[in-house]
Amino acid sequence: MLAAVDWHVVWERLFHPDEIFLRALLTTVYIAVAAQILGVVLGLLAALMRMSHLAPLRWLSGFYVLIFRGTPLLVQIFFVYYGVNLLFGFALIPTTLDFGLFTMDGAVFAGILALGLNEGAYMREIIRAGIDAIDRGQMEAARSLGMRHGLAMRRIVLPQAARVIVPPLGNEFNAMIKNTSLVFTIGVYEMFSDAEIHYSQTFQPVEFFGAVAIWYLVLTSVWTVIQAAIERKLAASERADELTLWERIVESWTPVQAWARGAR
Amino acid sequence: MGARGALVPDAAVQAADVVVRAVDVHKRFGRLEVLKGVDLEVPRGAVVCIIGPSGSGKSTFLRCVNHLEKIDAGRIEVNGRLIGYRERNGKLVEDSEKSIARQRAEIGIVFQRFNLFPHMTALENIIEAPVHVRGVPRRDAVVGAEALLERVGLADKRDVYPGKLSGGQQQRVAIARALAMNPTLMLFDEATSALDPEMIGEVLDVMKVLAREGMTMIVVTHEMGFAREAADRVAMMDDGRIVEEGRPEEFFVAPKEERTRQFLSKILA
Repeated sequence: MLAAVDWHVVWERLFHPDEIFLRALLTTVYIAVAAQILGVVLGLLAALMRMSHLAPLRWLSGFYVLIFRGTPLLVQIFFVYYGVNLLFGFALIPTTLDFGLFTMDGAVFAGILALGLNEGAYMREIIRAGIDAIDRGQMEAARSLGMRHGLAMRRIVLPQAARVIVPPLGNEFNAMIKNTSLVFTIGVYEMFSDAEIHYSQTFQPVEFFGAVAIWYLVLTSVWTVIQAAIERKLAASERADELTLWERIVESWTPVQAWARGAR
Repeated sequence: MGARGALVPDAAVQAADVVVRAVDVHKRFGRLEVLKGVDLEVPRGAVVCIIGPSGSGKSTFLRCVNHLEKIDAGRIEVNGRLIGYRERNGKLVEDSEKSIARQRAEIGIVFQRFNLFPHMTALENIIEAPVHVRGVPRRDAVVGAEALLERVGLADKRDVYPGKLSGGQQQRVAIARALAMNPTLMLFDEATSALDPEMIGEVLDVMKVLAREGMTMIVVTHEMGFAREAADRVAMMDDGRIVEEGRPEEFFVAPKEERTRQFLSKILA
């Protein structure tokens, strides 16, 4: 059965990717990164709004989550790309965006916007849970030292919440990498579009979809490694026993350095 | 130092020399009234220990003094200025965040659970507020922090994270952190209650030195030895009121109130 697979094609897709594919891979990565950043920013804003003492801000935050978590991502992508300009009566999503240094395709922009808006709704809950996990005494200690709420949030609570947020954030980004494939439907040329076009020309679904699946796996695996490194670094300062290798090396040299400085 | 010897805890004290004046303070949590009219005056340089059974409202009162808790009636003045509230047409309205923060910066508080910032080293904990609240140049703040660490006997723990310090060491860093803002008043909220017995002494020693140097302190504590030795006044709180107040030598030897006698006999047994 496996004899029907043209292994040469798979091999070529994996180890000798053409330039068009590499550009598509880059598009996938930057859509994922940009949409995730947008999602974190929106999620943080929505989380802070939800904790506000102004009721309208809390309502707005709740409405945002209700809409973007309660409707399909694919519908949101189509709505943003095809609907937003008509809805607002002007070109919010232009055909191309000129950022000076580079230009961005309007469909890519719409894709980032839709994925980011959707992601923000999930990030709000994650960030809020992270903030809630920080002991109330931290905020009290900060306020008692004369810090105002915003400063205490920025310097004391959020840096600690970040440690709680990073693991679920990592999972979100993993999902984001894979969800970028949906923007193929609005004509963005990313990794999945590339596979789909080759398939439609050759009718070799196993080879092309199999190869692109492996490429997604490579991206998510690379991210897993990066995520683990970030988590280790964040954990190192709080728990003395979880030092990184480098910190252990530095630590072990401290008495030697002290001796060198003339300590007895 | 001299202030302690010349302590006159009554009408002769001039208004300017009173650091804390609490008048008829009421506080409720929902339907539970925790403070039922607390009056207390703390002259500059005095150490007042508040003792009493748990649930009597001592910690709540202490937290009201730097407005970590709002009060429902009465008034609290620190250094002659209302804290947490402003007077408008004879009524008290909540003060702005900015001016509450400014007043809190003058008041140090040490918590039962230390509440050090775990993502910062001992030194970073201490310089955080001077740098980010007062705008002290980092280098100057570090010099001050090192001196404070020296004072609490932890100069060698400068770059250690709180997670690696013992409870007693953490609490001493917390005291140094509060002192870094040059407070005119220090509040201690059961500062030794969460410590292992062998670490209580090292924290009390730091507090005693502070008291001897003339720091104005309100100390909520179960350490009767400390109250006896370091306090100028001891106040007994029960059921949301201060039931008895006096000099420690009278207070412990011949308490006037039956409630105080009961409490002392239980705790000193």
